Amino acid sequence: MKKRMFLKLSASAALALSIGAVQAAETLKIGAVAPKTGGLAGGAVVSFWPNVKLWAHDVNTRGGLDVGGTKYMVEIIEYDDQTNPGETIKAVQRLATQDKADFILAPYSTGLNIAAAPVYARYGYPMITHTAISDQVEELSNKFPNMYFTLGGASGLAEGVVDVLSAMKANGDIGNRVAMVNVADAFGIELAERAEPSMKAAGFDIVYKTSYPLGTQDLSPVVKGAKDANPDAFVAFSYPPDTFGLTKQAVVESLNVKAFYTAVATAFPAYAGANGAAANNVLGAGGVNADDPDFQAYMKRHEEVTGEKPDFWASGMVYASFQILEQAIEATDSIDRKVVSEYIANNDFDTLMGKISWDENNNNSAYWTVGQWQDGVFKGVASTGREGAVAPRLKQGWE
Amino acid sequence: MMRMKSTDYKALSVSIVLLLIAICLPWIVGDFALTLAVNMAMFTVLATSWALFSGPTHYISLATAAFFGLGAYTMGLGVDHLPFWLLVILAGLFGAIMAGIIGLATLRLSGVYFVIFTLGLAEMTRQIITYIQNATGQKGILISIWFEESTFYWMLVALAALIFLVGWLIGRSRLGFALRIIGDDEEVARHSGINTALSKVLLFMIPGSVAAMSGAIIAPRYGYIEPLIAFTPMLSFQVVIMALLGGTGRLWGPLAGVIPFSILWELISASFPNQTTLLLGLSFLIIVYLLPQGFVGLLLKIRAKIGDGRGY
Repeated sequence: MKKRMFLKLSASAALALSIGAVQAAETLKIGAVAPKTGGLAGGAVVSFWPNVKLWAHDVNTRGGLDVGGTKYMVEIIEYDDQTNPGETIKAVQRLATQDKADFILAPYSTGLNIAAAPVYARYGYPMITHTAISDQVEELSNKFPNMYFTLGGASGLAEGVVDVLSAMKANGDIGNRVAMVNVADAFGIELAERAEPSMKAAGFDIVYKTSYPLGTQDLSPVVKGAKDANPDAFVAFSYPPDTFGLTKQAVVESLNVKAFYTAVATAFPAYAGANGAAANNVLGAGGVNADDPDFQAYMKRHEEVTGEKPDFWASGMVYASFQILEQAIEATDSIDRKVVSEYIANNDFDTLMGKISWDENNNNSAYWTVGQWQDGVFKGVASTGREGAVAPRLKQGWE
Repeated sequence: MMRMKSTDYKALSVSIVLLLIAICLPWIVGDFALTLAVNMAMFTVLATSWALFSGPTHYISLATAAFFGLGAYTMGLGVDHLPFWLLVILAGLFGAIMAGIIGLATLRLSGVYFVIFTLGLAEMTRQIITYIQNATGQKGILISIWFEESTFYWMLVALAALIFLVGWLIGRSRLGFALRIIGDDEEVARHSGINTALSKVLLFMIPGSVAAMSGAIIAPRYGYIEPLIAFTPMLSFQVVIMALLGGTGRLWGPLAGVIPFSILWELISASFPNQTTLLLGLSFLIIVYLLPQGFVGLLLKIRAKIGDGRGY
């Protein structure tokens, strides 16, 4: 018994030594704060956390970040902010002062990013947001010069839908009757507000318009109401639960439209999983250049390393925001936050989502707005200037 | 003019010393401790005012988030038009009015019905605000002003000092006496000629007003207000838990809950980021089993034992 114990101990000591030898390189402490619990945990667990794991894995398996010849392995320190801005502030503050993190990845969602922005600013951390969607980037970037925006704004996302439908109308594929519904919560409200005047200006007749509270379980009245109005296109500025619910109801009611759009979470792999063949040719918010080999390689690695599929909108951008940080560190040969920030501000970046460059408000003005499920892949069909968009298809039934 | 006893003077001087220490804190501690202190100050404010009502009446209110959100939205909607401090006062006023209306409607209900109503209230307020936003087409509100962490802290400490003062005054007043009787036996109180409904409504306005003021003060710290952020139901539960952990029998009871709870919470979230909720739940169980009367109860028990001369 004693001997076995001794053997075990010496074996683990040897193992520890050998690991120690491999990790003799320097380490770079990287903080990550996002919801693991609370209202936004569902989205963060799909789009954010697996990418943190994947990025650390990618960097470390190729030997770490190369900073002027010295290799830096990345060590991730992660905290759950419980979807509570008070906790986000506390966690970022803890990373900055207690853990002395070298860099901190941006938090998840618009509200949590804005709450934490003053702390990033105070300690000079570059803040490359990946999931902050705001039409007030000018005000934000003036206040926080170190804050960058990549995923786009509500106006662009709403205009994208109108553009796709207009193109279909111009081709004579659909008429001008649109049913437009929205979830009565933050983002859904804003998108509907932007889309309505554009729809009218583009010559569409909004034959049915309604909203429903967040968390509505029974969406059949919404879909029935739309069906009774006999629309050519159905547009729902929806959130994850109702994106799924509306699609289910549309199948039940066999809502006969040529274009069917639901907003947030349509790009999630779970959407295709839950709806099977019915998901085919459904339009949704977001999109990627799915035919791009870089993105395909990323998808493959994502699934291998994390066991999960990435989504076709925010996931890639989350990873791209980490790539920007990575490239800035390696290009400047520095881990000085000031030097790295300076570089980020003045350069373009080649990421798996394509080239990212900043306008005068530190905003990436070329982003995907609408995608479509086409034979199991959610492909970008409209953007504000990205390459690789495919032609949208018409929705043909639900089987 | 009320007469002060020597023990009152002692309590008063201890309070003033503690307040001075609290005020000096930002110059003593580091940035991170200050961030923790802001959270503690906020929960001290919320839990102490909560206990002012719920302590003597034994009504468990889960409406803190509703009032907090109301205050946050008062600040968010008004910040570009009115001065900050005026909005804090307005928020307090709105909170008191809302609490008054709700109190009139519900405080005749007893026990569990009241709990359920207050829980629903936060959700209802959130839905109303969402409805208004839907009608006006406005998303989250970006708040254009911002203060240093120490400023938030001092504002909350000032509010806390005010609540302690109010609580102390109520404890010595006819209202406080009436409430203690109501808490012991409402039937007896009514037969003694106490207007029980009115007393409860008046007292309920205090936590309502204070939570709204805290929401208004904290809103610029969050910088961005949307229903999900302003009306987080977790807040209501945290306040109840902290107050009960401390004990509601004394004015300083909730404070004795807020400080250890915040430290415990910090240790859990820093060391076990993947198990926060699980560990929080376990801590509750332990607290409920080992400290049913909170720290106040524990302390009084110890004191009683020592007083009995058989301190084992």
